[in-house]
This record gives sequence, structure tokens and C-alpha cells, in this order.
Amino acid sequence: MIDRVGVFEAVNQAISWALRLRVLAAFSASSASVRRGPGAESLTGTGVGKMIHSLFLINCSGDIFLEKHWKSVVSQSVCDYFFEAQEKAADVENVPPVISTPHHYLISIYRDKLFFVSVIQTEVPPLFVIEFLHRVADTFQDYFGECSEAAIKDNVVIVYELLEEMLDNGFPLATESNILKELIKPPTILRSVVNSITGSSNVGDTLPTGQLSNIPWRRAGVKYTNNEAYFDVVEEIDAIIDKSGSTVFAEIQGVIDACIKLSGMPDLSLSFMNPRLLDDVSFHPCIRFKRWESERVLSFIPPDGNFRLISYRVSSQNLVAIPVYVKHSISFKENSSCGRFDITIGPKQNMGKTIEGITVTVHMPKVVLNMNLTTTQGSYTFDPVTKVLTWDVGKITPQKLPSLKGLVNLQSGAPKPEENPSLNIQFKIQQLAISGLKVNRLDMYGEKYKPFKGVKYVTKAGKFQVRT
Amino acid sequence: MTDSKYFTTTKKGEIFELKAELNSDKKEKKKEAVKKVIASMTVGKDVSALFPDVVNCMQTDNLELKKLVYLYLMNYAKSQPDMAIMAVNTFVKDCEDPNPLIRALAVRTMGCIRVDKITEYLCEPLRKCLKDEDPYVRKTAAVCVAKLHDINAQLVEDQGFLDTLKDLISDSNPMVVANAVAALSEIAESHPSSNLLDLNPQSINKLLTALNECTEWGQIFILDCLANYTPKDDREAQSICERVTPRLSHANSAVVLSAVKVLMKFMEMLSKDLDYYGTLLKKLAPPLVTLLSAEPELQYVALRNINLIVQKRPEILKHEMKVFFVKYNDPIYVKLEKLDIMIRLASQANIAQVLAELKEYATEVDVDFVRKAVRAIGRCAIKVEQSAERCVSTLLDLIQTKVNYVVQEAIVVIKDIFRKYPNKYESVIATLCENLDSLDEPEARAAMIWIVGEYAERIDNADELLESFLEGFHDESTQVQLQLLTGIVKLFLKKPTETQELVQQVLSLATQDSDNPDLRDRGYIYWRLLSTDPVAAKEVVLAEKPLISEETDLIEPTLLDELICYIGTLASVYHKPPSAFVEGGRGVVHKSLPPRTASSESAESPETAPAGAPPGEQPDVIPAQGDLLGDLLNLDLGPPVSSPPLTTSSVQMGAVDLLGGGLDSLMGDEPEGIGGTNFVAPPTAAVPASLGAPIGSGLSDLFDLTSGVGTLSGSYVAPKAVWLPAMKAKGLEISGTFTRQVGSISMDLQLTNKALQVMTDFAIQFNRNSFGLAPAAPLQVHAPLSPNQTVEISLPLSTVGSVMKMEPLNNLQVAVKNNIDVFYFSTLYPLHILFVEDGKMDRQMFLATWKDIPNENEAQFQIRDCPLNAEAATSKLQSSNIFTVAKRNVEGQDMLYQSLKLTNGIWVLAELRVQPGNPSCTLSLKCRAPEVSQHVYQAYETILKN
Repeated sequence: MIDRVGVFEAVNQAISWALRLRVLAAFSASSASVRRGPGAESLTGTGVGKMIHSLFLINCSGDIFLEKHWKSVVSQSVCDYFFEAQEKAADVENVPPVISTPHHYLISIYRDKLFFVSVIQTEVPPLFVIEFLHRVADTFQDYFGECSEAAIKDNVVIVYELLEEMLDNGFPLATESNILKELIKPPTILRSVVNSITGSSNVGDTLPTGQLSNIPWRRAGVKYTNNEAYFDVVEEIDAIIDKSGSTVFAEIQGVIDACIKLSGMPDLSLSFMNPRLLDDVSFHPCIRFKRWESERVLSFIPPDGNFRLISYRVSSQNLVAIPVYVKHSISFKENSSCGRFDITIGPKQNMGKTIEGITVTVHMPKVVLNMNLTTTQGSYTFDPVTKVLTWDVGKITPQKLPSLKGLVNLQSGAPKPEENPSLNIQFKIQQLAISGLKVNRLDMYGEKYKPFKGVKYVTKAGKFQVRT
Repeated sequence: MTDSKYFTTTKKGEIFELKAELNSDKKEKKKEAVKKVIASMTVGKDVSALFPDVVNCMQTDNLELKKLVYLYLMNYAKSQPDMAIMAVNTFVKDCEDPNPLIRALAVRTMGCIRVDKITEYLCEPLRKCLKDEDPYVRKTAAVCVAKLHDINAQLVEDQGFLDTLKDLISDSNPMVVANAVAALSEIAESHPSSNLLDLNPQSINKLLTALNECTEWGQIFILDCLANYTPKDDREAQSICERVTPRLSHANSAVVLSAVKVLMKFMEMLSKDLDYYGTLLKKLAPPLVTLLSAEPELQYVALRNINLIVQKRPEILKHEMKVFFVKYNDPIYVKLEKLDIMIRLASQANIAQVLAELKEYATEVDVDFVRKAVRAIGRCAIKVEQSAERCVSTLLDLIQTKVNYVVQEAIVVIKDIFRKYPNKYESVIATLCENLDSLDEPEARAAMIWIVGEYAERIDNADELLESFLEGFHDESTQVQLQLLTGIVKLFLKKPTETQELVQQVLSLATQDSDNPDLRDRGYIYWRLLSTDPVAAKEVVLAEKPLISEETDLIEPTLLDELICYIGTLASVYHKPPSAFVEGGRGVVHKSLPPRTASSESAESPETAPAGAPPGEQPDVIPAQGDLLGDLLNLDLGPPVSSPPLTTSSVQMGAVDLLGGGLDSLMGDEPEGIGGTNFVAPPTAAVPASLGAPIGSGLSDLFDLTSGVGTLSGSYVAPKAVWLPAMKAKGLEISGTFTRQVGSISMDLQLTNKALQVMTDFAIQFNRNSFGLAPAAPLQVHAPLSPNQTVEISLPLSTVGSVMKMEPLNNLQVAVKNNIDVFYFSTLYPLHILFVEDGKMDRQMFLATWKDIPNENEAQFQIRDCPLNAEAATSKLQSSNIFTVAKRNVEGQDMLYQSLKLTNGIWVLAELRVQPGNPSCTLSLKCRAPEVSQHVYQAYETILKN
């Protein structure tokens, strides 16, 4: 800004050396030179590949424990730029997802304490890469039960086979779990024993049936003895509540997760009592969009197994009920090394259901040394290193509201903290979709058997924050 | 029983042991060994020494083993090209395998082996696979074409694979279509000129059909491809939009963003009055908001894009302010982006909410975030006038917290608020002054000094305050020093009696004790101003300053429009066009939003590149020059109002005049005014460049000049006119004209040094222009140009430079550099210098072409006062390369049918009607590019009258 002030002074403007030198430099620079922005470095314009050139998996202590190259080998040293950014970020979660280096871009995600760092050489949609990386992590989770360094190292060959199957020349090949599992069998203890005895392999040798059909997400020939279809309606409340208890922002993020174990090619229709609630929805590719547009019915041939059918958002303020309230008084005295802490939590709009699984997490200011608190319910811990206070409350019984109060010890001599900490609240309400969404009925066509059907509702706190 | 066993090593030497195992007779042992090799590869160990042994395992019925060997091959084939040949036979054989999985695997792997020698063996199997009965194989083969093209583009073209690939766009299987599109897009990227993806309504229809059926990744490829298409009118645009909108509900965020790109681009073509336009606006908001509930990495990319969208079409998200409110545990990169968007969306309606939030953020823990939040409060004050008062009081509250960095940020932004609302909030100055001592950051110190200097008359102890800074003058950073210098000069001009000593002190510190040229130079200027004419000094230094505006941080509109075309890409994340960071300029096509067509007015669609501008065909050197010059011209030396340069040029010119004149008189008339100081003119003392446009307009009367000597041996040459007056260019006067002689164009320049110092190091550059004119050789001025000396230079020109349509068409912007500075001017060149020697058209051809060009392209002009007969006119025009094809006499009038050709191949056909005794003649012009007619007419007039 101050530069501009300078420019405004007519005289000063005239003699700004820096500016002039820049002009001259630009003028005399060789004409072949290419402009480079500070944030964006040059890519070698070889036009190679649509997206991921290489992938590095890095753990929290900064070890590269797996690398996969889809083109030529890129040296591990490219990750130094990532480490540099990581060092600057202080917190692992704050590492920027897109980093530019002199010849590459690094696009990364942080999942389950692991960094998935991809190396990009050409202009490529970053969301494409990020979505794909998440899909890779999902696949590991699906195959090995957890996405961890140990699991990946234990199954390194399968991991490699999977990565090769998921991406070809930068084009995603097979990312649907159903298809991948036909190509490469997930490891099981039994199978590895059998394999080592019989010498058979865990690679399927026929073309996955779904791969090219119009329903690539479903494999053919599915058979169950018990045919079941379960739906979980899970709603999370994201909210920011201000000091005085009024709602600054609130919305509901809902998903319907399905677990479908049905034989053959079932064609399902799911309808709602109040479909008008759903005006901002993302669909699984299996859903027939036109049918939804015209009739507000979810009509689909489901993938086999677990999958997310839809996700939706309800943001209209009056529809978002806030099930809990918090009374709080957190204060630090000037020129003294202590402060007071007092919070009480109670039910608000809970639709007559029990609120359970309540946990309150507070990131206390750095100058807090210790906390001496008493609680009427549950238990609390304070970690003096991370300064995180966790209060595990449990259920709320309206007769006796849980509270946590006591003294805060501050570092002596340090100035009193400027900021009051925000409270992060977790809770759960069973058998309730807080938006009021209700499934009406599920019909099945195309198959003759009678499936067993079930719907479960649950409401949880998402990013639920109370400012103090 | 896990794979981690493969990592264990033995003491004997891993490679040695593996070699033995790979050559084992037992199948199982072999497979285990290959797995060990792969495991080593995953952690970056070099196991290339095992190449022959691994390749030997390739001939197997075991698919897993085969796959593993292939994995190995892809990694190491490049380092062992000779060995890799060994694998070819197996590949070729596998491509014939009855199992489609194996056929596909083979063709896929072969493409990944980037060894030249292998590629020739690849062609036949690939050709078969492209026509395979199984779509899985076809789609794999489609990708393989792209791979092969990357290794050997010529081969792919020679073998006709591109045509086969194009055919696959009509394949019955949507996945094959998607992959074909992806492969073609990738190939097209490295060959921007090739018309590979020939998008027309039919192919678009095919793509839209495939869009509904292919996988999510295929949808992204197709949508990105669609975005490159320009619909022919608003109805087509709307129908495409309608078919793309369902993608907004896709679970994959990359699909959503690609769809948003297509919609944002095509929306440009829709009239705002259309009902559908409103519907579309409403449909865009929810998916964008939904992106914000995804993982933080996705949020970040989404936010960077939303930032662009909000600037282009603020109405989409104007009601969604709250979703951008920051949660305390958002990653910092998300927080900062959200903050930026909040300010962009701030309006009178929601400002109270926004301010309350910002105040909340200002007490957070993260320092960077807090700073930006404080700054945001200032930006709100500037953006929403009604909120200014509240913002200021919020800032004062924050200053009361005494948190050091908060105070400093607050002072920096309050300075901007003063600049936006002068004489309104100065009452807070006292509060600011209380915090003087706590300021330790240069920016805050400089801001405070600026405030003190600017309002010196209202601050009783301004001199003391500024003096206190002066003590440590040399330890301050440059920006503080510069501000201090200016601040004290202002103070002196306002309170001359008490501060004489102070001003002398600062001037001597700046000029004598400092080795910073910026500072020294500014010091001298003030010194001379003050000693020459204090009144003038007052007028200059205390001149009224233009208000700053909220627009300062917006992206420049043409760049914004280009970036909208790149939604979802890296360019959108960095807010820079890809040309700024893709090396070599290869594969960079400037994209622009489509113009609005049909009934609607076109005023809404800014900056559409001329359809004829061929992108990326020029040699590399020229575009870079063009860019460079473009940069120079865009350098915003004026007030930071981000409107297009032309509208601000008057302001800039004013500033330059002021200085140019003032400085000249200072230095010319009274060189002794410099006083006793041992002042040596710095080698590049100068005035900032001015935009040449206003000067150029003075040239429009060039053609009216009737005197002048035309050379007979070539086209008519206009007399030299002054292009750049000495006043505007620190004493350098440039006059010139254009000539065309025997096929070569040149620019005849006359440079005169009217300054007192010697000029050297001349260079010249042109901005991109309509006909690609560019200097064919450097500007050669052999000896230094001493004062009052004139030199004549003929600069040969070529027409192979970068092309950009100019307004007017024959406008040429020129930059000339010498040891003093860079100067800009623009001039209009007569079109006839572009008439080429082989512009005579065959009679038949003429007739056919004349008929072929539609009548609406015909333009008619009167040439008055031109008492020439047909013969004289013919010969006169002929010498300027306007050729008479035929002549007819109709009812006493002579009809001359003439043709000419421009350097860029545009033909112009003319019919000139001359009537004996009548001094006027009539000129009818027909041309496929009717915009040149006006200029051809001017050329005619010039030639005939001289």
C-alpha cells in the first residue's frame, strides 16, 4: 500500500528508481525469456501426460516410504520442496495443497496421518488430482481395512498393482471398488495361506464385467443368500455460535450411505416423505438424474456393497435446529497468573431425543500451564503440551446439567491471552435426522426375491463451534 | 505373511541373491523374487541390474507374474533400451491373445515403454487394437495413441492413427469416446494449431450424449473439451448449458467444477433478459457452496475458483456470505481464501455481519490470519462507504488491545481509509500517535510517517514526531526513508518557518549520505524544486491526490475473462494465465470468452480475440517480444485505479507533462541551480514512460499533407512527421515515415537529440499489431548521438511478428529505448506499404472472386479533388502495387478494375470509376475482410493525390 502512496506524490512517482530499473530490465531482457510469476513457476511444456506423473507417500516424520512413477522416474529430491513447505506450515494440516517447484507442481492431500504427494508436469485440473488421490486413499482403506503406513508396506505389491490399475498415462482407468476387486483380489489371511499352498494368485484373469457396461459400478453375477438393503441417513450440523449464544452460521451436511447386498440386477426406487428439503444434492453416478428432476424419486441400480448414495446440504437457517447450548465464562485476570473457567452444557432443540456422546474440546491459549477443574459428570483431560482440554461428558440428563469449572494456571509474567478459546462440541442423536428428512418407501424391480430393508437415522455434530 | 518380508535383505548382497531366485526353475520362487524386486522399486532402490533376469520371466501364463514383470519394464526400459527389445516379441504375441484383458495389458504397457526402437514394432499391434472388437481394448488403445504421440509425433501422423482416433469419437461405447477425447485433447495441447478436435454441432452432440454415460473421469475430459467450443449463437449455447447442468449434482468435485467452467463460459453468450439466464445463475450457487464442505484441499481449489467467479458474476453467491465464515480449525490456507471472498461479497446489506466476524477473527491465534483480518476491515471501509465509520471505530478498538501486530496492521489500513475519505476521520490521529513507539515494522512506520506528513498542519508536534524518526535514518528500510523524506518536505511546505533545519537535514541525509539511488534521486528532485520555485514545489508535492478505490485488488477484466476460461485448472489456482507459467509458449492458446451473438448487444462481451489471429504460429522470439512490450505498456505508473490504460492515460499524461516540462526547464535553463553539490546525472535519469496513444492521434492528418516527394521506384512515401516530440521523451525527438521498395518495407526514422547529454544504446520494439509488423533488424545507431545531432536510419521491417488486432487497424505502438529511458509512441502506418508485388489477379479469377464476395462486404468511397485521367491513375497506383486487371469504358466513364494483396494474403478487389472532367472519382472495394476497406481507401486517396 505504501508503494501506492509514493506513486501518488507526483514528484516521487517520476523518480522511482526501482520502477525504472524494472522497466529497463524487462526491455533488455532477452526476447526468449519467459515471464514468471512469483507464485507460479514454469512447467516444461512437453505436454506429457494428462495428470499424475509420480506419486510419493510420505509419513508424518517425513520418510518417503513408497513411490510410483507412471512416466519416467522423478527423483525423490522433488519432495524437498514439499518438506520445505511442511516446515513452514508449523502444523501438518496447514501444508498448502498445491506447491510449485521449478519444474513441477506438487499436489498433495493429507489423509490418515499420511501425505499423498503427486508430481504434476503439465497444466492439469488440481481438483481432478485431489479427487483421484482421495480415491486412492479410499481404495487402500477398502482393501486393507485401514490406510496406514504399516498396511501399505505390508501389502506393497498389491498397492503397486492397484496404482497401476487405477491410472494409465495419467488417465484414470478403474477407480470403482467393485471393478478393482475383480481385477485384484483384496488380501485375506485365508487367501494368502491358500495362495501360498496352491500357487494361485490374487490377480483376476478375466475382464471385469462392469468395466464397459452402462453400469460400470456393478459387477454381474452377484449372489446372496440373504438379500438386504440398508440405508443410513447421517446428518451433521455445522455451526458457529457466538458469545451470546446466537447462531452465526448453521447448516446441515447430510449423506445417505447404503449397504446393498442384493443378488442379480436389482433396480431400486427410494422415495421420501419430504423430498423438497433436498434442493442441493450430489448424486452417486448410479442415480437417474432425470427421474429425480421430474418425480423427486431416487431411482438406481446400486453398486454391490457399501457406497454413498447421495450427499446433501440444508442451509436454510430456520430448518437447522441447534440441539445443545453452552453457558460459558472463561476469564483471565490481568497481572495475575490465573484465570477462571466455567462451562455448562444443556439441551435446546433436541426433538425429545437423548443427546449422547458429548465431548467438548478446547484449544487453550499457549500461556495456560495447567487447569484445575471439577466436573459434575464425565471426565476431563488437559494436555499441557498441546494445550488441549477434552471433556468427555456422555449423555445429557435435563434434570442435572453437566458442568466443568475451576482454575486456570497461567505462565507467570506472560501477558494475559488476547483470545478466548473456541469450544468444539461433538454429540450424537440416534433415530433422528435433524432436518426432518424421512424415507417413505423403497421399491425393488427387476428381481423376484423379497429383500430385507432397513433405514437408520442419526444426527451428529460436524464442525460445531461455540465462541467464547 | 505380509509383503514386508520382501524388504528384508541378506548380508550376501541383495542383487546377487535376487538374481539367483529369478532364474530359479520353480514358478513360485520366481514370482516371489519378482515381488521382491518390485518392493525394492517402490522405495526407490535401483534394481535395474536385474533387467535381463526379470524380462526372462515375462513368458508366462500367470497373469500376476506377467503384470509384475510389466510393472518392472515400464520403470526401467528407458535405461536399458537394447534389452527392452527382447520384450517386443512377447508384447506382439500378447496383443493377439484371446483374452481381451491380456491384449489391453500388452498394448498399454508397450505404450509406456518410452524407447524409440520399440515404437516401430508397436504400430501394427496398435492398429489392430484400435479396431478390436472388445471396447476395453479399444479404449486402452486410444490412450496408447497419446502415449505414442508423445514419444514420436511424426510416426503417429504418418501411420494415420490420428484419423482412427477421430473415428473413435463416434464409437458406440461411451468409455471409448471419453478416452478418445482425452487422448485427442492431450495431443491437441502440444499442437495448438492442428485442428484435431474439430468441434461442430454434430460432434458436440455426440460428446453430450457420451457425457451422460461415461465414468466420472471421462466426464471431466468431455466437459473440458466442450469448454473449448464456441457455440454459433445463444440458442446453441443455451441448449448445451441445459445438457451440462445435471453435472452440477455430481459427487465428484472435479466434474462439478468442469461443468461450472462450461456454464460460466457459455453464459457469456446468453442475454441477461433471458429467463434461462436467471435460472442458470440460481443453479450455480448450490454446487459451489457444496464444494466448501469437502476435504480442505478441495475447498482450497474451490475457493480460488470461487474468487474468480465472484469477481465475474457477483450475483451468483451474493446471498451465500455465511458459508465463507471461518471456522477456527480450518487450515490456514482455507482461512485466508475465505477472508478474501468475504470482502468481495461485502455489501451494504451484509456489512454488519461481516464486520462482526472480522472483529472476531482479529482476536484469533494465528498471526497471519489476524493481520489479514485487520486489513480486511480496512478494505470493507473502502468498499462500503456506509460502513466506514463503523470500520474505523472497530479499528480503534483493536488498537486499544495494544497487541503489537494488530496495532501496526490497523495503522496501515487507516492510512488507506484517510486516502479514501479525506477530512473525515482525522480526529483519530491523536490515538494513532500514541502508538508511535510500538511500531517496528517498516510498512506500519511508513504509514504512520505518511499520516504525520500529510496532516502536519493538524498535528502540533509533527516536527518532533518526524525528527524522532530521523535519528536512526540510515537503519530504516527504504520505504520508511522515502516516506520520511517526503513527509518532512510536506511538513516544511506547510510550516516553513520552524522546520527549515529539519528539511535540510533530511535532504542532506538522503542525497549525500545515502547510497540508495532511489532515495538520492528523490532527494535531489525535492532539493531542486524547493530551491528553484517553492510555490511550484508546493503545488507539486501537496497536489490533491486522487481517491483510492475499492477496485484496486480486483483482477484486471481481460485477465479475469481469460481466467474464467481456465476454471478448475492450475491457472485458476494461481490466478495467472497458463502462458505465464508454461515454458516455451508451446501449447499455449489464449482463450477468451465467446462474444454474445444474435439479438443481444455486444457491448457486454469484452476483448474477444479476432477470429483470424493465428495463435502460436510465429517463431518463439516474436511473441515473447510482444509480451514484453505488452507488459511495458501495462505498467501502471498512474494512480492505482485498475481501469484499462487508455482511460487513465490523461491522468498519466498530466503527470508526465508536469514533470517533463518542469524538469527540462530545471536542467536546461538553470544547470547551475544544482548548486554546489557535485551532481552527476545518473546514467538513466528519466521520466516515466508515457503511453503513446494520445500522441499518435496527431498523426491522423498525415494523409492530408499534399506536399512531399514520392519516390518513383517504389510506393508512395509520405513525408516524415514528428512521432515523438522531444518534450515527451527527455529530449529525444523522433520523426519518421514508412516506405515500401522492391518488396521490402522499412521505417525511415530521424532521431534528433535535443537534450544536453549524449544518447547511446538505442533499441526499438513494436507491440503486437494487426499485420504482424516487426523490426527485421536491430535499430542501428552506430555512433553516440551528441546534443543537437540528427541521425537518419532506415529500419527494415518484416511482417512475421505477433498478430493482434489493433484499433484502428493500422495502429502501431512503438517503444524506443536509449540510455536515458524507454519511450512509447504510437503511429498509424499507411496500408499501402503492405501491398505486395504479386498482387495482380488473373482476369477470370478476378471476376469469380468479385462475384463470390457477398455484396454486404462492398464499400463505396468518393475520392474528391483528384483531377486525374485513367492512365495517370493506373500508373500512379501501379507503382504502389495496386494493379489494374481490366479497364472498361461505360458511358464516357472509365472503369478500372484493380486488385491488390496484403502481406497477410488478404485480397482486395477494387472498381475505380473515373469521369473525365469530373475531379471526383468513385471507389468500390470488395474484400473478404471488410474492415480493411476503410484503410485501403485512405491509401488510394493518399497515392492518387500525391
